[in-house]
Amino acid sequence: MAVQLERRLPEAGRKPPRILVFSTNNISDPGIDLAGSAHMHYSPSVVTIALPCTSGISPDWIVRALQQGFDGVFIASDGEECAYLSDCAERSAKIFETAQARMQECSIAPARLRMAAICSVCAEPFTKYMREFRQVLEELGPIERE
Amino acid sequence: MTARRIGVYVCHCGGNISDYVDVDRVIDAVKGEEGVTVARTAMFTCSDATQQEIYDDIQSLGLDGLVVASCSPKLHTLTFRGVAKRAGLNPYRYTQVNVREQCSWAHTDDREGATEKAIRLVRAGIARTALLAPLDPTVVETVPKTLVIGAGIAGLRAAIGLADIGLSVVVVEREAELGGRVQAFGPMYPNDKEGSELIGQLVEQVRRRESIAVFTQAEVVKKAGSFGNYVVDIRTHSSSSMTMQLSVGSIIVATGFADYQPAEGEYGYGIDGVVTLPEYKAMLDAAKGPLVRDGRPVRDVAYVYCVGSRQGDQGPNQYCSRFCCSAAVHASLQLHEKDPAARQYHLYRDMRTYGKYELMYQESREQGSLYLKFPEGEPPAVAKGADGRLLVTVRDQLTGQKEVGIAVDLVVLVTGMVPRENRELVKALKLPIGRDGFFNEIHPKLRPVETVVDGVAICGACQAPKSSSESVMSALAAVTQSAAILRQGRAELDPQVATVDADLCTDCGDCYDVCPYDAIAPQEMAAGRKVAMINPATCKGCGGCAPLCPAGAIDLQGYTGAQVVAMIDGLAREVV
Repeated sequence: MAVQLERRLPEAGRKPPRILVFSTNNISDPGIDLAGSAHMHYSPSVVTIALPCTSGISPDWIVRALQQGFDGVFIASDGEECAYLSDCAERSAKIFETAQARMQECSIAPARLRMAAICSVCAEPFTKYMREFRQVLEELGPIERE
Repeated sequence: MTARRIGVYVCHCGGNISDYVDVDRVIDAVKGEEGVTVARTAMFTCSDATQQEIYDDIQSLGLDGLVVASCSPKLHTLTFRGVAKRAGLNPYRYTQVNVREQCSWAHTDDREGATEKAIRLVRAGIARTALLAPLDPTVVETVPKTLVIGAGIAGLRAAIGLADIGLSVVVVEREAELGGRVQAFGPMYPNDKEGSELIGQLVEQVRRRESIAVFTQAEVVKKAGSFGNYVVDIRTHSSSSMTMQLSVGSIIVATGFADYQPAEGEYGYGIDGVVTLPEYKAMLDAAKGPLVRDGRPVRDVAYVYCVGSRQGDQGPNQYCSRFCCSAAVHASLQLHEKDPAARQYHLYRDMRTYGKYELMYQESREQGSLYLKFPEGEPPAVAKGADGRLLVTVRDQLTGQKEVGIAVDLVVLVTGMVPRENRELVKALKLPIGRDGFFNEIHPKLRPVETVVDGVAICGACQAPKSSSESVMSALAAVTQSAAILRQGRAELDPQVATVDADLCTDCGDCYDVCPYDAIAPQEMAAGRKVAMINPATCKGCGGCAPLCPAGAIDLQGYTGAQVVAMIDGLAREVV
């Protein structure tokens, strides 16, 4: 069955897209903290849930967030710095792929899920990712629900 | 389930939060949330007065959950866990909500947006707290003895430090001699003490301490037990091979580095007269006057920097080895001292003689060393010259990108450090390894010598390229970390570990191989049924196994599926 992916043009006066970030306690969350400590601005429609490790994210949580009103999910991963698992990046990639496949089954554009490694001093890259992702989500418009 | 009684405290942080977030509106928005018994603001929640207020509320209102919305959890999680514990509330039924670093400070330009976000964050914290079960840390008795693996400069210094704090120490060294790599070094910066002299002093001090036992030609082959009381098997290879078993409370790994070995043909390596930095240093240390090689004087020397380091996409080593710029410059000063007429050419990408080493770099330039900067994508070429000498060709970025040919007698490849092959040890200790192949700490800045394996610390160049003084500094950090735990005689393990719901587990076996710490194993239940069990003392609490369970039977305590979903829903709900 062909999956129809939603696509809409940005609307004027619409609220900024809502982004859920999954960060990690030891690596990426301190990086996001640092952005705030340096008073670097990003949209307050971005909220973060911190977990011990990216490999612990369930694809179900990602789909759930997109179904509950978030426009996008961003995984701020440990990348190669994970202190727990040497194959964390591979495991995270698998979670990412599984989540995107489930999103497609629910007619949610795979572009609504993004992942990038954020280190503990990656304040600037984090805000840049949030700006770029916001743009992508604005172009996609709101998720249409059946 | 009976209704929860949760206390919510939103901090002004003296204006750091309340200047940008309407904290009263946050309280109004969340006080009616299910399970909330009391919701207040405070000027400083971390102050003694507010801690006392929270304590009193827990006791007088019988709170069974606590939410503090203030700064980052990195700062005061332990503070508020402490308040909860003192007041008789399980400390793991508390959630720290970050409304400063991740809210007020990041949205100083948008009070309305920041306030709405704070409401969502606090709601999520309440929703999580409502589902938090009380957890009790596993308390372990600790053996007052530390195993130090590796007797180089870091390991020896660590052993002395531990002994002086009053702990027993067992040092295990693979080689027959103590002293590691520094033992073979010649005069070292800044006071020209020979490596063997420094090591000699340390070995003498080790010898004088009765609480230090040393085993050479020995290796750690197995680790069992858990934090506080690890049982390790040590195999000696001296005259006859034998294995002994020891109980230790903690382990410090100081196994050092290996030298980068260039491949045949890499920068001319293999051509007579092309040597690595360690080979060159050995020549220098042995020479009494001007360098002579195979009966011919060495008058012109070219140094090629960054060999085996910062390889980008070209090789496996993407890191800078830190020590090699300074080591090469130091060697060139040594040569100048032995032969002031020697001509020295340094072909570099970037000089990283950080800190005090910058003075050596300056001195070397003043003595006549020439520095030529080559472009990253165009490294120098080394070839055999017609006259039997070596010809080095380099494009110098500092003189109008000119291609320069230099005839020299010796080419020194300034090679860096690489991780040492330690497969058996890694397997025995379950040490986490980074992508660069060196051992991984929990956090490079905040927890620089601890690993995720409780009670196992790393120090020296097994962790990353380091100079000898940096190695000793990290060794002393590992001493403090280790001794702080062992001197108490007991330690608490974080109870936020993975658990299996035995009713849901189908014993499919998918999870048995996914834990690198071997925390998951099948366990016999009644009626011959088997289920996966997770050992709370060996589980590191990463949660990596949870999404891999097809039955959804694994949950990480503190981050269970139900708790995270409750947070997502709390964050998603519209703020009205």
